[in-house]
Amino acid sequence: MKQIPAPFWTLVLGIAVTLISLWVGQNHNLLPVQASEQAPLVDDLFDVMVTIGTALFIVVQGAIVYSLIRFRQRKGDETDGPPIEGNLPLEAFWTAIPSIIVVGLGLYSVVVFQEMGGFSPGGHHGHGAMVAMAPQQSVIDVAPLMAQMGPGENVDADVYSKAQVYGFGASPLLQLNQPDVTVNVTGMQFAWIFRYPDTGITDGELHIPVGKDVQLNIEAQDVIHSFWVPQFRLKQDALPGEPAELRFVATREGTYPVVCAELCGAYHGGMRTQVIVHSPEDYADWVASRVAEVQTTTTVAQPLETATSAEYLAAIAPDLAKSPVQIAQMDHAQMAQGAAQNP
Amino acid sequence: MAQADVSIKPTEVQGGHGHPDKWKWYDYFTFNVDHKVIGIQYLVTSFLFYLAGGFMAVLMRTELATPDSDFLSPDLYNAFLTNHGTIMIFLWIVPAAIGGFGNFLIPLMIGARDMAFPKLNAIAFWLNPPAGAVLAASFFLGGGAQSGWTSYPPLSEITANLPQTLWCVALVMVGTSSILGSVNFLVTIWKMRIPSMKWDQMPLFCWAMVATSILALFATPVLAAALILLTFDINFGTSFFKPDAGGNVVVYQHLFWFYSHPAVYLMILPIFGIMSEVIPVHARKPIFGYKAIAYSSLTICLVGLFVWVHHMFTSGTAPWMRIFFTISTLIVAVPTGVKIFSWVATLWGGKIRYTTAMLFAVGLLSMFVFGGLSGVTLGAAPFDIHVHDTYYVVGHFHYVLFGGSVFGIYSGIYHWFPKITGRMLNEPLGKVHFVLTFIGTLLTFTPMHQLGMQGMPRRVAMYDPQFADLNQLVTVGAYILAVSVIPFYFNVIWSWRSGKEAGPNPWNALTLEWTTDSPPIIENWEVLPVLTHGPYEYGMDKANQVGPAGEPTEATQV
Repeated sequence: MKQIPAPFWTLVLGIAVTLISLWVGQNHNLLPVQASEQAPLVDDLFDVMVTIGTALFIVVQGAIVYSLIRFRQRKGDETDGPPIEGNLPLEAFWTAIPSIIVVGLGLYSVVVFQEMGGFSPGGHHGHGAMVAMAPQQSVIDVAPLMAQMGPGENVDADVYSKAQVYGFGASPLLQLNQPDVTVNVTGMQFAWIFRYPDTGITDGELHIPVGKDVQLNIEAQDVIHSFWVPQFRLKQDALPGEPAELRFVATREGTYPVVCAELCGAYHGGMRTQVIVHSPEDYADWVASRVAEVQTTTTVAQPLETATSAEYLAAIAPDLAKSPVQIAQMDHAQMAQGAAQNP
Repeated sequence: MAQADVSIKPTEVQGGHGHPDKWKWYDYFTFNVDHKVIGIQYLVTSFLFYLAGGFMAVLMRTELATPDSDFLSPDLYNAFLTNHGTIMIFLWIVPAAIGGFGNFLIPLMIGARDMAFPKLNAIAFWLNPPAGAVLAASFFLGGGAQSGWTSYPPLSEITANLPQTLWCVALVMVGTSSILGSVNFLVTIWKMRIPSMKWDQMPLFCWAMVATSILALFATPVLAAALILLTFDINFGTSFFKPDAGGNVVVYQHLFWFYSHPAVYLMILPIFGIMSEVIPVHARKPIFGYKAIAYSSLTICLVGLFVWVHHMFTSGTAPWMRIFFTISTLIVAVPTGVKIFSWVATLWGGKIRYTTAMLFAVGLLSMFVFGGLSGVTLGAAPFDIHVHDTYYVVGHFHYVLFGGSVFGIYSGIYHWFPKITGRMLNEPLGKVHFVLTFIGTLLTFTPMHQLGMQGMPRRVAMYDPQFADLNQLVTVGAYILAVSVIPFYFNVIWSWRSGKEAGPNPWNALTLEWTTDSPPIIENWEVLPVLTHGPYEYGMDKANQVGPAGEPTEATQV
């Protein structure tokens, strides 16, 4: 029987590994649904990495398992293996191939990053009057800052033009455009507060319309938090004293979790709320139903420069009082008092 | 059979030293300057801390068996997650891999009688037990530090001030220990090799320790600076990291990660060195690509200093930084890949002995392929932004630190235990240990990746009930890992007293530590050895190519 040449089997194995890797790259089902314009970009990058990774994984693990079986010590054989100390072309090959792969992945990452709007956080500020004309002026919801500035003063331009803004901003095509919806997001132990400067609405949940350009200005009041919506594939730390933003278009109606991803204290795991992506009509209804509450909310919120965060939260967002987040917050407040009594 | 037939020629005869012939048991509890005593001191203390850190992990996994916070108080949970990380890094892997194996093996591998600065060496070790005591004290004086092993301000400045300060003190102590140890390793390897040993005849473990020491010297002082500033912020009213008083919270992250990313390499480079020693001996083949492995350690050391911002992609990080550090992070994959391929090629064509040391080494190789690939995905900023601070990251770094570093430490113990104690470990028990560890590792750390991608953040005591099933699987895996250490600790304690006598060279290995007694005598050799061959020349001596039956083997025909 004629022996089949080794290059043939190498080719067959190569094709098999390629097909398996391509299949795994498309069918791993590891990521949650895509609900933002950025999500498919990130997922495509991940799929490519899974494809390449699967191929490398099969080849290297295959070589290990094959060696363990084929090159095991046979009974009674106490001799050494062949004295092969290296092979320069082979070593050059397995240095060059990963180098090409990582450079390729690096360039692809840059492209994805650019399409996600990663190069232009803060890029649209100073262009338009929309933010400046908004009725509610506090972009950074830090109580002392509000007290200092007073309710009528415009702090937006100063705060954002003097410092670097972190996060994801408008993609280049949209750079000169103002967002359709702006929301000021404040993280505090252990809740998220969402304020809509255009309408004066304050809420413990994020409501946005589908298909619209949304701008989140993200700040933290006490410690570092991190705003994450897994279905949007977007995350940005909320840093005390450092403005950050996320700008995106939600592409799928539904309710998704908003998760705090940075350790922020005892009840970090309970710092969860949700984002509701409405149809444009539902969003308009929601805004209308909430506008009535705006007057009372704003008048209560203004003079609270000396309030504790629990009182602050209760006053500005009474509807949060029923949520587990609020309960965790109350626990924390009691705990803090306990700690103060017993230092 | 490849005998380590290093011809011993009288080059230098040491006479009249004032030491006893053999250390007594109580010498191991004293300020002893013998590098072998210090190595054993490091190993034994680190293995005790390993139990403490593991105990915390088991309690945390028990909490996470259910979505609600119903087993530990949230403060205690955070104290455990903080100290689990701190102990496993600073009091287990680093002291075991660098302090333990480094001190015991480096002088023996290069033909020196001790380290260059023996007293400094002892001082470096004796900073560790008090650091552990300070950490333990922090639990009784305010419930332990609770802001994660990263201790980001402002959280670390407003939470549990006294324990946090003690935590800083403990870390500055082990950091100082690390700096002193690194100076010692560099000078010892540079100056104290036997004259016949050239740089390219050094065992690869020594190269790995050179790279490790350089990295520690560059990076550790920066951590010390960050922690001292943090201590001042907490206790003395400064405001380096207080945003409401002109400080900046992101600066701390840069200082912290400038050390703490290289710290990952501090934990893995010595392990890579162990791999390069264990695999050729038990595969009976020369290491494949000696120079590539040696230089890749130095490349990892160099590039590893410029990747730290990938821990901060979602933090206050400018766009150009996200891009620069994406590229530099991906580049680290290349020298790491070179090592992996070289070890696989060393296996290829060998005559692999299924010893426990080899099983752990191959297990590491297998784990590290997965951990390395998931590391590449984390290096790409757009994807990292989704999974940063999630269980994906927890899964990744446990794959490389448990599946990598801890497997490597186990492998090293099974390989050098005969040299350290003069007795063999029990092989069947070792295999039970390996199988339990391997299964436990897969079960514990693989589902974490999926949890993270699906939306579970890390460092939480309570989580969305949709993640309950996978978390229970992880908890079962963690219990298997907890059980897996029982045969190991039993094996070590039992074999140390009554294991089989090992003799000087039970594995027929060729590096110099196997040319002296097991355990080595004080000052290592009666007469210093002379190098007659390289460290990995398996199968090269024609006389050794003849099998027991006198038949020429395959090897001679290749």
